[in-house]
Amino acid sequence: MANSHQLKRVDFIFRNENDWEKVLSATIKRKPSELINELMSSELKGRGGAGFPTGLKWKFTSEEESDEKYIICNADEGEPGTFKDREILSKVPYKVLTAMAVCGYVTGAKKGFIYLRGEYKFLEFELIKEIAEFEYYCNEINFDFKIEIFMGSGAYICGEETALMESMEGRRGEPRNKPPFPTQKGYMGKPTVINNVETLVHTYTIFKYGAKKFYDLGVQYSRGTKLFSVSGDTPKPGIYELELGMSLQDFVYEFGDGDTKAVQVGGASGFLVPRKSFKDAAIGFKGKLTGISLPTGGSMMLFNSSRSMYNVLDNYLEFFREESCGQCTPCRVGCQQLLLGIKAVKRGDKPATYLDKLLRLTETMQLTAKCGLGQSVANSFSSIVENFREEMIY
Amino acid sequence: MNSIQSLIKNLADQHGRKRESLLPIMQAIVEQENYLSEYSMVELAREVDIPAADVYGTATFYSFIETKPAGKYIIRICKTIACAMKGKNQVLFAIQDMLKIKLGETTPDKRFSLLESNCLGWCHKAPAMLINNEVYTELTPEKVREILSDYMKKNGQS
Repeated sequence: MANSHQLKRVDFIFRNENDWEKVLSATIKRKPSELINELMSSELKGRGGAGFPTGLKWKFTSEEESDEKYIICNADEGEPGTFKDREILSKVPYKVLTAMAVCGYVTGAKKGFIYLRGEYKFLEFELIKEIAEFEYYCNEINFDFKIEIFMGSGAYICGEETALMESMEGRRGEPRNKPPFPTQKGYMGKPTVINNVETLVHTYTIFKYGAKKFYDLGVQYSRGTKLFSVSGDTPKPGIYELELGMSLQDFVYEFGDGDTKAVQVGGASGFLVPRKSFKDAAIGFKGKLTGISLPTGGSMMLFNSSRSMYNVLDNYLEFFREESCGQCTPCRVGCQQLLLGIKAVKRGDKPATYLDKLLRLTETMQLTAKCGLGQSVANSFSSIVENFREEMIY
Repeated sequence: MNSIQSLIKNLADQHGRKRESLLPIMQAIVEQENYLSEYSMVELAREVDIPAADVYGTATFYSFIETKPAGKYIIRICKTIACAMKGKNQVLFAIQDMLKIKLGETTPDKRFSLLESNCLGWCHKAPAMLINNEVYTELTPEKVREILSDYMKKNGQS
C-alpha cells in the first residue's frame, strides 16, 4: 500500500495515574486566568463531536456574574458506534472528577453533575464510591466542590446539551433555542459548563503535563489525541487513542479486514466514506488546509463488501425516527418521510428519481431543524445515497 | 394510604418535591414496580404538585420509563447497526422461542418482558442486550439460552 504509514498510538487517557490528589491541589493553586490560557493554547476542542474550543467555553462561563454556576459532565453517550466514555468512567473516573473540580475552580462553580445514560446504570455504584472518596479529599484540603450523578432514562437526544438540561430539570428532553448558550443560561438558567467525558480527561492531561505536550500531537486545527471507538467489520474492534489528523486510508490499513467497502465516521449522524475516497479523507476538525476533514465523536464503523448500504441507511433512519424528540416539524416528519421514502424506492413504488426529492428534503432539514439531530440526518443520508445510489434502488 | 402512595411519598421526601426531582422519582418507581402506571403518575403529580399531564408528558418521553405493565426482568436487545450486522436477529429469535413471547410482550407469569433498544454502546462486542441493568455482550443463540435459563432458575426461587 503506497503512502501509508503506521498510525500513531498514544496513551494518555487510560494511563493509570495515582496522583490525582497532587494534580488537583497543584492546579487549584494556579490562577484561573492562567489555567484558561493554558487550555486555549492547547487548542483543545470538544470531543463529543461538535468541536467547540474548550478553553473558550470555560472562559465565557468564568466571565458570567451569577450566584450559582454548574459544571456538567455529559456522559449520555448514545451515538451509534461510540462506547469510549463508558470505558473512561470505568477505568479512570478520578481524572473526570478532578477535571470537573478544576473547571469549578476556574469558573466559580461549586456543584457538578455527571449525566449518565440509563444504559450505563451498572456504572453508577462504583462511581458513587469514587465520588465519595473524591469529595472526602476535597474536604480535607478545604476545597468546596460537590458532584452528583443524574441518571438518564434512554433518550439519545439528551446528549444534546440543552436537551440534557431540560431532562435534568424534570422535563421532556427537547432542545432549547440557542442563544442563550449554556455558558450564559444553562442548567436552572444559570451559567453552566457542559463538557464531554473525554474532553474533561484531556484537560486533566493538559494541566498535568502542560499544553505543549498536547499541542504537539495532532495536526493544525486538530490538536491532540482522540479516543476512537472501532467496530463493524474489523478483526480488532475496540477503543484506541490515536493522534488526530490521520488519513482514513491509514486507518483502514490498520483496522480493515482487507475488504473494507466504506467507513462511517461519526456514527449515524456522521458521514459515510466509500473506498474510493479513503485516501482523500482525514479525521479531524474542519480547517482551511486539511482537504476533506471529518469530525467525529469517535465512532468509526467499518463495512465490508458483504454489507448492503441500503440496510445500513434503513437502520440509521429507523434510529433517527425513534430518537427525534418530535418538537420541530422538519425533524419529526422528515425522519419518518425519509424512511418511508427509501422503502418505497426499494419496493419500486417510487421511481429512482424520488431519491433526489429525498435529498432535497434532507437539505431542508439541515437548514430548518432546531438542533443537531435533525440537521445532521443529511450527513449520513446524502453520503450513503450519493455514493451507493445503485444499492438504494436494486 | 396504599403502598404506591407511601412509596411515592417516601421518594418525594428523599428526592425533593421540585420539578427537578421528577425523573429520579419516576426511575425509582419503575425500579420498584417494574413500570409507572397512570395511577402512579396521578399520585406523583399530586405529591409534587404539578399537572398530571406534565408527569405523563415527561414519563412517556423516556424509553426506560415503562408506562405499560412490564415483567420483573426487562430484556432490551440492541437493534442498532453493529448489533444488527452481527446476528442480533438470531439472538432475538432464540429469546422469542424460549420465552414464547414476541417483541413488546410480557410472559404470562409476569417475569420477562422483551423489548428492542437503540444503541447500548457495546458495538465492539455486538450483539448486546440488557436484562434490567445487567449487560450481556457477544451474544449467540446458545449463549442467550444459557443466560435465560439461569434467570428462569432464579425465577423459581424469588
